[in-house]
Amino acid sequence: MGSFILKRLINLVPTLLVVGIIVFIITRMIPGDPASVMLGPQASVEDVENLRAELGLDKSLPAQFVSYIADLAQLNLGYSYSYSESVFGLIAERFPNTVILALAALFIAVVIGIPAGIFAARKQNTIVDYVVMLVSLVGVSMPIFWLGIMLVLFFSVNLGWLPATGMGSMDDGLWAFIKHLILPACALATIPMATFARITRSSMLEVISQDYIKTARSKGIKEYLVIGKHAFKNALTPILTVLGMQISNLLGGAVLTETIFSWPGMGRLIVDAIDKRDFVVVQGTVIFIAFIFVLVNLIVDVLYKVVNPKVNLDSDGGKK
Amino acid sequence: MVQAIVNDTKKKNTLLRKLLKNKLASIGLVIVAIMAIVAIFAPWIATHPPDEMTVGKSFLAWNTEGHLLGTDNYGRDLFSRLVYGTRISMIVGIAAVLFGAVFGTLLGLVAGYFGGRLDAVIMRTMDGLFAFPFILLAITLMTVLGQGLVNVIVAIGIANIPGFARLVRGQVLSVKEEEFVEVTHSLGATHRRIIFSHILPNCLAPLIVYGTMSTAGAIISEAALSFLGLGVQPPTASWGSILKDGKDFLVLNPQMATFSGVCILVTVLGINLLGDGLRDALDPKMKV
Repeated sequence: MGSFILKRLINLVPTLLVVGIIVFIITRMIPGDPASVMLGPQASVEDVENLRAELGLDKSLPAQFVSYIADLAQLNLGYSYSYSESVFGLIAERFPNTVILALAALFIAVVIGIPAGIFAARKQNTIVDYVVMLVSLVGVSMPIFWLGIMLVLFFSVNLGWLPATGMGSMDDGLWAFIKHLILPACALATIPMATFARITRSSMLEVISQDYIKTARSKGIKEYLVIGKHAFKNALTPILTVLGMQISNLLGGAVLTETIFSWPGMGRLIVDAIDKRDFVVVQGTVIFIAFIFVLVNLIVDVLYKVVNPKVNLDSDGGKK
Repeated sequence: MVQAIVNDTKKKNTLLRKLLKNKLASIGLVIVAIMAIVAIFAPWIATHPPDEMTVGKSFLAWNTEGHLLGTDNYGRDLFSRLVYGTRISMIVGIAAVLFGAVFGTLLGLVAGYFGGRLDAVIMRTMDGLFAFPFILLAITLMTVLGQGLVNVIVAIGIANIPGFARLVRGQVLSVKEEEFVEVTHSLGATHRRIIFSHILPNCLAPLIVYGTMSTAGAIISEAALSFLGLGVQPPTASWGSILKDGKDFLVLNPQMATFSGVCILVTVLGINLLGDGLRDALDPKMKV
């Protein structure tokens, strides 16, 4: 297991390097001079020249690339002029908020989606199964930015039950904190929840029809043990695969959810930085999210191996 | 030749029959067909020009003064804007996926067929692109490219490339080992001929299924980009931009936000139903 993790960590290096190169190329494609765009039309030529020098834009492209990679290696993501703060500081301030939102959404998705899938599989071809499948089909097709707005319209504007925007502080008590979290977490949870329900149902159906489950039942083992212990354990591998993919959905979805609910996280930071034309922040946050995504996928791969030691993830054409 | 055409028609007929037997897939097919008709015949279906502003007629309620769904903040007919919005969604959905499919397939074919260093370079690049959440990659590209329909297509298209490349490469790796490829090679066929005449046709079924599913994703992404103000330029009607305007007038005029979202949801649901049906009919083992 140790060598497996080490090997995966070494494999990360080229991927992370490619991520860095892609972001470098994209940000260098920005039409016009980023320095003058960032400072706005009123800026003097001198100010623009100073910022260009500060950002290293006056150097040749290869030289820019070398210092950019060197900065990345030292976790130096640059300095934001519009926020007057280092990009790393901005991220350190906001990333925990995104993690809270994403984990809350993941929690809702797992706690509702997986049991719904198991339940639907147990009651295959009954009305319960059809309802779960229909709801999850609508769920995977949901534009979550629209769902977020509809939740605000219904629960905040019409009923006045929950706050429409912002993040509650723990100083005001746990309930104030949770109250602010419910709507954005529900919106963000929709697609993963529906996906979990669908994949759990199909992999449970596959497992339930196998001989050892029939044997377990014929031995008189209680049904909840058959399903919960024997069947679910073996249905877990495809669910874990989907979990890895959903992390991407959660991080991407956070950009939209945070915008709607004014949640002070990474997504909101990116959208605000785009509005302010602060490319240093856009570049830094995008790289950071990509790095986190790659790391989380590594953790999922390790979990995958723990659940199913026979799986060989090293060969080509392995888990996607 | 004639026999081949007959066989081909037969194959298509069985696919259609299989699809129609599946109730959910039929519903999906009908939804997609309706949306396609609305997009093509938008000028005849719309009751007003989509960009026509009428002063003093903002926020009319539905079914007043000949406005089926009322008017928006500029007094533009909401129904007509939604009808024209179908065009943008369909164009972006199809064009962006085609963009991603063409480049992704070519890269996947080359990487899988030739292997070695070329494969390593291509697939590491794809891994790198995969490290960005889809919508985030599209957003980043849009900040560089700037607003506009073509740029939306390019941005979502690029974000689609790695998915297609991985899918096709995987298919190529399994097809490449089959005997008929070796035989064709020993008979002196060129690489190009083997790739395009023998390997590519064997990748088509999963490509069709994946392409259909990706169209749904592309439509949502376009709406998301326009919602964030990074998509098509105003005053062009797009479901995402109508939703963006509607968000600011949620209390005053909830129908703007409500109906634009319903259009996105129904279309995406239709495409997903069709995609599920196509998967079951073409390649039941595939898990997209």
